[in-house]
Amino acid sequence: MAVKGLLYTKDHEWVGIEGVAATVGITDYAQEQLGELVFVELPVIGKEVSAHDEIAIVESSKAASDVYSPVTGKVIEVNQELESRPELINEDCYKSGWIAKLQLTDPKSHEDLMDTEQYEQYVAGL
Amino acid sequence: MPFISNTTEQQKEMLAEIGLGMDDLFSDIPSEFLDKPMNLPDGINEQNVRNKLAELADKNSINLTCFLGGGFYDHFIPAAVYSVVSRSEFYTAYTPYQPELSQGTLQAIYEYQSAICRLTGMEVANASLYDGGTAMYEAMMMALRITGRNKVIIDDSVNPINRVMIDSYTQNLQIDLEETHCADGLANRKRIFRKIDDKTAAVILQNPNFFGCIDDFSDIAEAAHKKGALLIVSCYPISMGILKTPGEMGADIVTGEGQSLGMPMSFGGPYLGFMASRMKYVRKMPGRIVGQTTDRMDRQSYVLTLQAREQHIRRDKATSNICSNEALCALTALVYLSLLGKQGLRETAQICADKASYAYKRLTAIPGVEPHFKARWFFNEFVLDLPCEAADVIAKLIEKGFAAGFPLSRYYEKMENSILICVTEKRTKQQIGMLAEALESVL
Repeated sequence: MAVKGLLYTKDHEWVGIEGVAATVGITDYAQEQLGELVFVELPVIGKEVSAHDEIAIVESSKAASDVYSPVTGKVIEVNQELESRPELINEDCYKSGWIAKLQLTDPKSHEDLMDTEQYEQYVAGL
Repeated sequence: MPFISNTTEQQKEMLAEIGLGMDDLFSDIPSEFLDKPMNLPDGINEQNVRNKLAELADKNSINLTCFLGGGFYDHFIPAAVYSVVSRSEFYTAYTPYQPELSQGTLQAIYEYQSAICRLTGMEVANASLYDGGTAMYEAMMMALRITGRNKVIIDDSVNPINRVMIDSYTQNLQIDLEETHCADGLANRKRIFRKIDDKTAAVILQNPNFFGCIDDFSDIAEAAHKKGALLIVSCYPISMGILKTPGEMGADIVTGEGQSLGMPMSFGGPYLGFMASRMKYVRKMPGRIVGQTTDRMDRQSYVLTLQAREQHIRRDKATSNICSNEALCALTALVYLSLLGKQGLRETAQICADKASYAYKRLTAIPGVEPHFKARWFFNEFVLDLPCEAADVIAKLIEKGFAAGFPLSRYYEKMENSILICVTEKRTKQQIGMLAEALESVL
């Protein structure tokens, strides 16, 4: 399941763009594949990342996966709620399970991302 | 039987089948790395091997009265330690690959971790590391991960054996390793405070330090924390029976060599590295960690926990390449500590300190023998200055049946005449007196 209005990567991250602010998380497909999450390592505020750079790590009891930033920007906010409740990503990955907010520094870095329909087709083909 | 069990005949057959020669199989390897003759003699039979090894072993000086310390210590080991540890359930078991099947092993490791936490005054310990030196290196790498910085300050009162290990481990890493020269036997505050900045990941210190001097690093912990740096303290576990713990000083990571907890001194080990830290850093900690939980029938049980830090899951992003542990050595430490108990450990530490203090008085009464650091508290080791080269004196005392101490010139400049002497609870008043007489006679 994907949500309208967001953009998606092939690595199953989503990004919601509002002006120069971008909210990043992982998709429903990703959380289902990982299983129950037990820990999220959040980025440091102020960290500058390029698209495809590692921005966070999500851990389930038997796997740890990198989360890559879909866009180029600077981390301005992280979802601290995840520190004590990583399962928010399992419960509601597109809303309360967001991971970080970035300030876009390259307005073009999200141009190649998939829209909802494209991503749903992509997942269907996996 | 050779390690590769197929015969030359079979190899020929297989090569013929695929139409290649043996050399073709290794064509990817540059020729300079290939097939150097090993210059080894032919194999010999079991009886001759025994004779040969016995001959080599006879070259060792054995049964010396030991006043040698420097990180490894001649403590009394109760016979029960070996009896428990050598039970086949423990002795033959490797760290299990299906860990939760081996509840006994996991319980022993869990109890060992708890003992290390209590000993060091820390909140969480791992299942052990290879030895004190690798534990210190791993602690340093952990500090780099936690802080995201790359400058490390280490005082030269830290065991030089460990400093050499850290040096070689970090040869090809981007780490700014800065050494401070200790100030009259204690960590050099002036230099350390000046060096701690917002690029500093950690300060590495040792207590009691290599010279046996007792320090309190609370002020350095505070200074490090103010700049967002961590304090790593290496400690001598027996001394924890009476000394202020690194935990009480505010250390963030505590490591040490666990040999003194029931393991004999032997060149090359096996030894035991221990590591403890604060709960908030547990996910950055290397090595295995055993946790206690309950199963679905609500029975107390043990698991390997937080495995996502480890290399079999996190691959190149793992906290370390250490996935194993020194289970048998850790068990030895646990059995030793359990047999001594809290009171026994305190008494052992106190006896060591008292006997060392007595030896210090006896030896400094010898004309020409002077304490190197004046007015310093020490635990069970101290540095004396002799009127001549310490290495020569030590060689002469071996002839008289004593391992009299460690010649500090091996690692420190301008200490040619200095000897590090250690006294454990095993040394008797008579032995100390005999050492004093022997020392006086060779000066």
